Amino acid sequence: MKIKTLTSAIVLSGATLIALPSLAADTIKVGVLHSLSGTMAISETTLKDTVLMMVDEQNKKGGLLGKKIEAVVVDPASNWPLFAEKGRELLTKDKVDVIFGSWTSVSRKSVLPVLEELNGLMFYPVQYEGEESSKNVFYTGAAPNQQAIPAVDYLMNELGVERFVLAGTDYVYPRTTNKILEAYLKGKGVAEKDIMINYTPFGHSDWQSIVSDIKKFGSEGMKTAVVSTINGDANVPFYKELGNQGISSEDIPVVAFSVGEEELSGLDTKPLVGHLAAWNYFQSVETPENEEFIKAWHAYTKNSDRVTNDPMEATYIGFKMWANAVTKAGTTDVDAVEQAMIGQTTPNLTGGVAVMNKNHHLSKPVLIGEIQDDGQFEVVWETDGVVAGDAWSDFLPGSKDLISDWTAPIKCGNYNTKTKTCSGQNY
Amino acid sequence: MRRITLRHCIALCCCLFGLLSLPSSGAESTSLDPLLVELGEAKMKDVEPILVRIEAASDDSILPLFRTLLEGNLYYIEAEGQVVGQFDVDGQTVYKDVFTQQVRSDLQKGDVGKIRVNNKLRGYLRNAMARIQLTAKSPSVRERAVRELLSKLDDDTVEVLEGLYPNEPNKKVKDVMGLALAMSTASQTQLAPSNRIAAIEKMSTSLESDVRNLLNRLTRDDSAAVVDAANVALEKIAQRVNRFAFVDQLFFGLSLGSVLLLASIGLAITFGVMGVINMAHGEMIMLGAYTTYVVQLIMPNYIDYSIWVAIPAAFLVSGLMGVLIERLVICRLHGRPLETLLATFGISLILQQLVRTIFSPLNRQVSTPSWMSGSWEINPVLSLTLNRLYILAFALLVFIVLVIVLKKTSLGLNVRAVSQNRNMAKAMGVKTNWVDAMTFGLGSGIAGIAGVALSQLTNVGPNLGQSYIIDSFMVVVFGGVGNLLGTLVAAFTLGIATKFLEPTTGAVLAAILVLVFIILFIQKRPKGLFPQKGRAAE
Repeated sequence: MKIKTLTSAIVLSGATLIALPSLAADTIKVGVLHSLSGTMAISETTLKDTVLMMVDEQNKKGGLLGKKIEAVVVDPASNWPLFAEKGRELLTKDKVDVIFGSWTSVSRKSVLPVLEELNGLMFYPVQYEGEESSKNVFYTGAAPNQQAIPAVDYLMNELGVERFVLAGTDYVYPRTTNKILEAYLKGKGVAEKDIMINYTPFGHSDWQSIVSDIKKFGSEGMKTAVVSTINGDANVPFYKELGNQGISSEDIPVVAFSVGEEELSGLDTKPLVGHLAAWNYFQSVETPENEEFIKAWHAYTKNSDRVTNDPMEATYIGFKMWANAVTKAGTTDVDAVEQAMIGQTTPNLTGGVAVMNKNHHLSKPVLIGEIQDDGQFEVVWETDGVVAGDAWSDFLPGSKDLISDWTAPIKCGNYNTKTKTCSGQNY
Repeated sequence: MRRITLRHCIALCCCLFGLLSLPSSGAESTSLDPLLVELGEAKMKDVEPILVRIEAASDDSILPLFRTLLEGNLYYIEAEGQVVGQFDVDGQTVYKDVFTQQVRSDLQKGDVGKIRVNNKLRGYLRNAMARIQLTAKSPSVRERAVRELLSKLDDDTVEVLEGLYPNEPNKKVKDVMGLALAMSTASQTQLAPSNRIAAIEKMSTSLESDVRNLLNRLTRDDSAAVVDAANVALEKIAQRVNRFAFVDQLFFGLSLGSVLLLASIGLAITFGVMGVINMAHGEMIMLGAYTTYVVQLIMPNYIDYSIWVAIPAAFLVSGLMGVLIERLVICRLHGRPLETLLATFGISLILQQLVRTIFSPLNRQVSTPSWMSGSWEINPVLSLTLNRLYILAFALLVFIVLVIVLKKTSLGLNVRAVSQNRNMAKAMGVKTNWVDAMTFGLGSGIAGIAGVALSQLTNVGPNLGQSYIIDSFMVVVFGGVGNLLGTLVAAFTLGIATKFLEPTTGAVLAAILVLVFIILFIQKRPKGLFPQKGRAAE
């Protein structure tokens, strides 16, 4: 009896051993590295659902290379070092072919060394501060020149703004973005005294004196605007205080880089109406592609109130491009897919065509929208055509000579055009 | 081309329809109807010229239309070529004719399309309404209208004001009109400098920000005499503005102090009087805030009164939870502060997860009653926000009530007796177990009330309590453990100090500096500002 059990156990385990590789060969694995708990869960859970929806759709079309796609979801729990651990787990244990993941810059920086060490491939779908380019990452969100710079241009050219308040939460993305903006504004002839920079901690709720300072700064005879990189729920009391102190969007408009449809849903939008946001995508843009995407999203989530937003579009474009690149390369091998990715095109949901450039960044249109009382945006301005994402800002002294080009013969993420060398700059 | 013909047809139909139904829609709307059709069908960038024509073609009866459009409530019925207002009555969407206020119950959401507005249009509408209201009956409406127009004085407006100025009966309105005319004179470069300087002198008594804007522009004027006069005027204004700015900052400090006082006063009882290190104190505040949310959920049509229900409800919810915690956990750990600290920390995590499970991890939206929003404008540079003003008064009221409860009631007597000498109190027949539970319940209940107030200022989410627990302990320790007056003084001191530091150091550094100051202070005086003296201190 005992021997029988033992043999059957051996046979069974043997069978699984044989079955496993054949099973793995039958599917293409997509890793999802988004926080499903902790502070970032609010934003990142949506992106996990988006990837799952895209996988679902692709499988309905017959999968890729004749194989089904299988999603492997892990939860790094808004814990930055855990992103590296979970990334390693996905690449070594689950042996995924590609990862879609990360939201905050610090989590991306945490998983980056793992990706480079194990030669993994990741798609990063959120707007970020730039100053980075890795062979193993494709950045489908906006670089500063695809969000911050056009927004400031809009303020200067269309609204005639001459004084700027750069208000942000105290961490790497706002600090770098504001550094770039400050250099850019000074280059445009804005004087030092006409730029006010202010940082507040995460979750700041007592905005009285800061808003009062902004009010004072705005009554010096020149049109003033606030460029806000304030992140997360600190935005609510900030806009409330603006309303309470009687500052309307006509007097001092606020243009935000981190306030989208998802953040506005379930919020009292009254104090925010008329303020601005800069993104590459708004749910309200009427194109056939966008309508279809929203319909698919509502059907997938079985909730017609769920909104769509910019990082979702970035995930959508990234996934489509990856699927096309795999088809083109005929394999999921990282190096082959990486080369096949460059030059891929996918229709944007807002019209036009997104192109993956040599520097692993997209060319996308930039839109400025005004917040409406239903939590949606009304597009008031957009760039003519698409803007190519720039990995290294042209306005910072340290990076203005750097370019990123992952095609032969340069094949380098930080090529110095003056010294003609790969500078090996740390990112 | 086809579109235009179609539009013309609709316009024609509307004209005919308007003629036929004269009594129902009022006389002047006949000429407006075609314009309203255009308004409904125009793209946003074409709307402004249409509005200009509407304004030219009508009198003050157009105000309701502009107001509805400004608020973003104007909708267009495509099938009928008419506009309609969407209103929210008792939580239900109702469509009403903007002019006659007649309810259109036959309309559904799908029948109408929103007429959207942007900042440019809002600015235009605000000014247009002000221009129309210049001749309103009520002096206060007229005054507001002139003030509104100060920021955008074009030639037409100035001409209208010049016509109205001599016959204006109300002195206040006349003053503002005079100011507007002075601003117009000062900015006209073709006038003689002496006239402009006289106008600038007149402007120097005003605190309006539009005046300062204009004077700042005049300092870059070609005429040297005008530049000098503008600089002198600015200097004069700046002196007065600075005085008010100081008052403003003091108010910000008092307001932050009142928030700190509310958050820490419950802790002053549980930690200060009972000596229990209650790490779950923040979660009692959070429970109070969530109670406000639930109360508003139950009575969505009476938001204005919800606060009055929420205050006792929050006191009961948090208070009962406090009694429960005391009876189940804290009374078993009596005299073991480290274990109490760990146990209450665990409770705080349990409570946070509980609200995450029940209400989702997302922040909940608590509405502000209409009487608490807006601000009290004393003059153009000094305005106190109403919600903070109410909360300041409320914090002081809670403090006074608490002092009375502790000094004048038998519960207060028992609490003080137990906290001074437990064994002696027991020997005198005081039920110490009962007193402990009641004291803890009182402290927790007051934390709940603080939650109601904080729900008006900050985000209501599972982490609400955590952001106040450190501040609360800081205030209680700084003020002196076991001393309510110390808590009051400490809360306002820290509030004012933070707000006066913030403009120079920034919010992040200000918080750090305050913390460092308290650490140094505690080194020097470990018992806080007002240490307990005598036998009670042992």
